[in-house]
Amino acid sequence: MRNTLTIAGRELRSYFTSPVAYVLLAVFLALAGYFFYALLMAFNQTLTIYGMMRNPEMLQRFNLNEMVIRPLLANMAVLLIFIVPAITMRMFPEEKRSGTYEMLLTSPVRVGEIVLGKFLGGLVLVLLMILLSGFFGVLLAVYGNPEMPMMVAGYAGLGLIAVSFLAIGTLVSSFTDNVVIAYVGTLFALLVLYTIGWLGESLQGTWGAVVGYLSITEHFQEMSKGVIDTKNLVYFATLLVVSLFLTHRSVESVRWR
Amino acid sequence: MIQVANLSKRYGDLAAVQDVSFSARPGEILGFLGPNGAGKTTTIRVITGFLPATAGTVTVCGYDVFEQSAEVRRRIGYLPETPPLYNDMTVVPYLRFAAKLRGLSRGDIDAAIDRVVHACALGGVTGRLLGHLSKGFRQRVGLAQALIHDPEVLILDEPTNGLDPGQIREMLAFIRSLGTKRTVVLSTHILSQVLTACQKVVIINDGRVVVEELLERLTQDRSLEDVYTQAISRGAEAAA
Repeated sequence: MRNTLTIAGRELRSYFTSPVAYVLLAVFLALAGYFFYALLMAFNQTLTIYGMMRNPEMLQRFNLNEMVIRPLLANMAVLLIFIVPAITMRMFPEEKRSGTYEMLLTSPVRVGEIVLGKFLGGLVLVLLMILLSGFFGVLLAVYGNPEMPMMVAGYAGLGLIAVSFLAIGTLVSSFTDNVVIAYVGTLFALLVLYTIGWLGESLQGTWGAVVGYLSITEHFQEMSKGVIDTKNLVYFATLLVVSLFLTHRSVESVRWR
Repeated sequence: MIQVANLSKRYGDLAAVQDVSFSARPGEILGFLGPNGAGKTTTIRVITGFLPATAGTVTVCGYDVFEQSAEVRRRIGYLPETPPLYNDMTVVPYLRFAAKLRGLSRGDIDAAIDRVVHACALGGVTGRLLGHLSKGFRQRVGLAQALIHDPEVLILDEPTNGLDPGQIREMLAFIRSLGTKRTVVLSTHILSQVLTACQKVVIINDGRVVVEELLERLTQDRSLEDVYTQAISRGAEAAA
């Protein structure tokens, strides 16, 4: 455990002593803020138009959750597809390039501790990112009347997506000593995971169900509707555990080659 | 202290090291010689547990490198060919990190850092970023990292690489001073360094050990250079 924290601490420190953490945080928050603003403006406009039509029934059907929060969360998830690989791409390649990998692997540290340490370092950064984006939710809660449980469940879903992306990024970065390959490989994996549900719509029967279950969007959407189901939690937990287990194997494979 | 027995390592079809055996006793400084590409780094990586052997055994302090890897890793200090430095860290936090990895207890870390900073003459650069250090200082920080846990066995892969003559002299004198308590493996391809620092010589060529002998016996009636040249050419004949 102590070794894990040592490695996580160094990882985190290297994000923050270089501009990496600040640039990623700034880019993520600036774009998310822009999405938030645009969605909110569009929502306002719709309300004004329907308000002028004096159609209270229609007006009832628009609410903050459906028109601002859910699309905002979905857009932030898409942003994470591009941001998270930038966090994970250096994890292993940089160590391999600079020779520090040799120091790590010849220290009395277990492979599991290395993998977990790297993952935890990235996790702190990613969760900080999502926590800061919670500011938009706070704004809505102060000036509007969103359904709180739905919003909280949605943010929790975003957090789980981020954790899963990070685990997958950690895995891909352990395969290579090249940061570009680590970035693009992770980007590819995340895009496939995010869009595989599109296939589910055209496939019928068992395959449709399987693909539907694999789709991360499906699980995320249910959570952003305010449903926290064990089925979804199990999905995210499986993704996390399998990715980290495979990372462990991949790092250890140096020892059997 | 270090026992290498019939060690072989293949990378796919390429046999990097074949049937290598040698040993080093406690307190001995072993010069590990050979031309570039002879298999020095591969052998060292197997001894430190970074790479597995294809065949053969390696024992360090009585522990098998493959079976009791954690015990061995605790006892070895290792300076790889390129010093394993995180360029975005400064010297002291880096050494603190190395000390924690090596399992030093919280209370001992500061004293250990003071000790290696003093021993490796890093006093003037403790606050500098590793990425901004000169080659000589990088090499010394790498050595400090290898010494932080006061290991019984020290393995140095071409530690004088890239140093200027003055620095080489200092480094060798320092290594010699280390050897009284520890077993040191000093890999190099520069013969004069072996003469200055080592008691025992192992020459490896083309993945095979061609000479293993105490330095004084080896150089009784001829120079080390002759021994080396002969050993290397004999190896080449045997291969042909």
